[in-house]
Amino acid sequence: MTHVLSSIDLAYWQSTLIKLIVAAILVPTTALILGIVFLFKVMSWMQSRKGPQEAGPRGLLQLLADGAKFVQKEDLIPDKADRFVFKTAPLVVLMSTLLLYVVLPASQHLVIEDLDVGIFYALAVSSLSVIGILMAGWASANKYSLMGALRAGGQLIAYELPMVLAVVGVVIQAGTLSLNGIVQAQANGAIFGFSALGNPFILTQFVGFFIFLAAVQAELTQTPFDMPVAESEIVGGYQVEYSGFRFLFFFLAEFATAFVFAGIAATLFLGGYWFPGVDTSSNIYWILGPAVLFTKIMAVAFLIFWVRFTYPRFREDQLQAFAWKWLIPIALVNILATGILKVVF
Amino acid sequence: MAQVPGLIKGLGVTFGEMVKTLKPDSRGGGPVTVDYPHVKEDPAPRARGVIALHEENCTSCMLCSRECPDWCIYIEAHKYLAPPRREGGKPRQKNALDRFDIDYSLCMYCGICVEVCPFDALFWSPEYEYSEPRIADLLHDKSRLGQWMETVPDFESYEAGSEQKVKKVPS
Repeated sequence: MTHVLSSIDLAYWQSTLIKLIVAAILVPTTALILGIVFLFKVMSWMQSRKGPQEAGPRGLLQLLADGAKFVQKEDLIPDKADRFVFKTAPLVVLMSTLLLYVVLPASQHLVIEDLDVGIFYALAVSSLSVIGILMAGWASANKYSLMGALRAGGQLIAYELPMVLAVVGVVIQAGTLSLNGIVQAQANGAIFGFSALGNPFILTQFVGFFIFLAAVQAELTQTPFDMPVAESEIVGGYQVEYSGFRFLFFFLAEFATAFVFAGIAATLFLGGYWFPGVDTSSNIYWILGPAVLFTKIMAVAFLIFWVRFTYPRFREDQLQAFAWKWLIPIALVNILATGILKVVF
Repeated sequence: MAQVPGLIKGLGVTFGEMVKTLKPDSRGGGPVTVDYPHVKEDPAPRARGVIALHEENCTSCMLCSRECPDWCIYIEAHKYLAPPRREGGKPRQKNALDRFDIDYSLCMYCGICVEVCPFDALFWSPEYEYSEPRIADLLHDKSRLGQWMETVPDFESYEAGSEQKVKKVPS
């Protein structure tokens, strides 16, 4: 298959167009999958309910129906809002999500753009969403929006740090910033000379995995870190004034970002698209890679949403203290330990 | 760090609940909810679903209407002279009920009218399916309120030894 594909020589604009279409299809699809599986079904089960039942088989089309409803709704813009910024903000948030999909490898060649600094790029573009959120909060001309956006800004900056620091441990161990390289480092690694399972970095970097997941939770502004969108105090934060398809953009961005962050966590800590016993350059990964990656993503996403459905909300000061007093020091110690062990072994 | 065991326990609770919901009904699992439109919920016998009117007992004393916190009971009545009970007596003045409406779009199901009625004319019924596409149709007149009497459950007797306190028995 590699042979066939590599024999097709596409012009730059052709391949770019195909990649754009793939990314544009992937983002809403993955958001839908996560929304239906976790937000509707798993959440219902954890609350001893069945979830949606009527729309489609077992209610699986409910989210599509909701999406259609959002598109039909009136697009309201507050009178005093900064119209241009108000309209652009959801696009900026969604753009950050789209850019994240660019580097996630589903197999060695099945990646939109295999950057050498993949993980660095992913962490950089993931913080773009803060700008969109601040734009949304400011342009809404609403005090609840502004408070939500400022809380989001403070939170995303605070949790960006532990996230980066948690990733540093993995990067030290793999010796590369490329996501493909990190997967190969795990596939080719060995645990005390036993190499059949490779060396998924969750075994050595479990502290990093925990910190990364906690930071992802905060980046997604999901419970218990949902202070910026706390319904009971600031009725949705920066999303207050958004309705119709603009709100749908925020919703899509949240769930698509959850999916891609679960994908990055799976790639960094669980071996990504690699299946134990199959060499990473094997042709079978054109099919197997996406399937394996999807399974691992769903496993990580289950962890993320499980926590979301279990815990109540952090208070603002607890939230900041958790990042600065716990996660960042632990991450720093983790880096130090990883570095020392890397030199020793 | 003292919170960590509690946090883990919390995760266990939600996971356990999920497993329990997914288990088939035959093995003690299943959700606590019912598939409502397909399966009817079975409310408790004394559930507060709708208020029924036993018209013969009503004397149009207006107590329920006056006690109603959101004024959703409308009563109209006229007086008439009933024949005397004994030969040569004076004709008795009685109230005839012309209108007794409860507006269920206003009712908040507090049950004060049922409690306050001195002549046992109002009762709770567990029926709950009387939604309407038009809000005006939620105004139940006295014939509709009278029909609900058929759904009022029989009064459960008190424990032995307290029979003398039993007063409210729907007839």
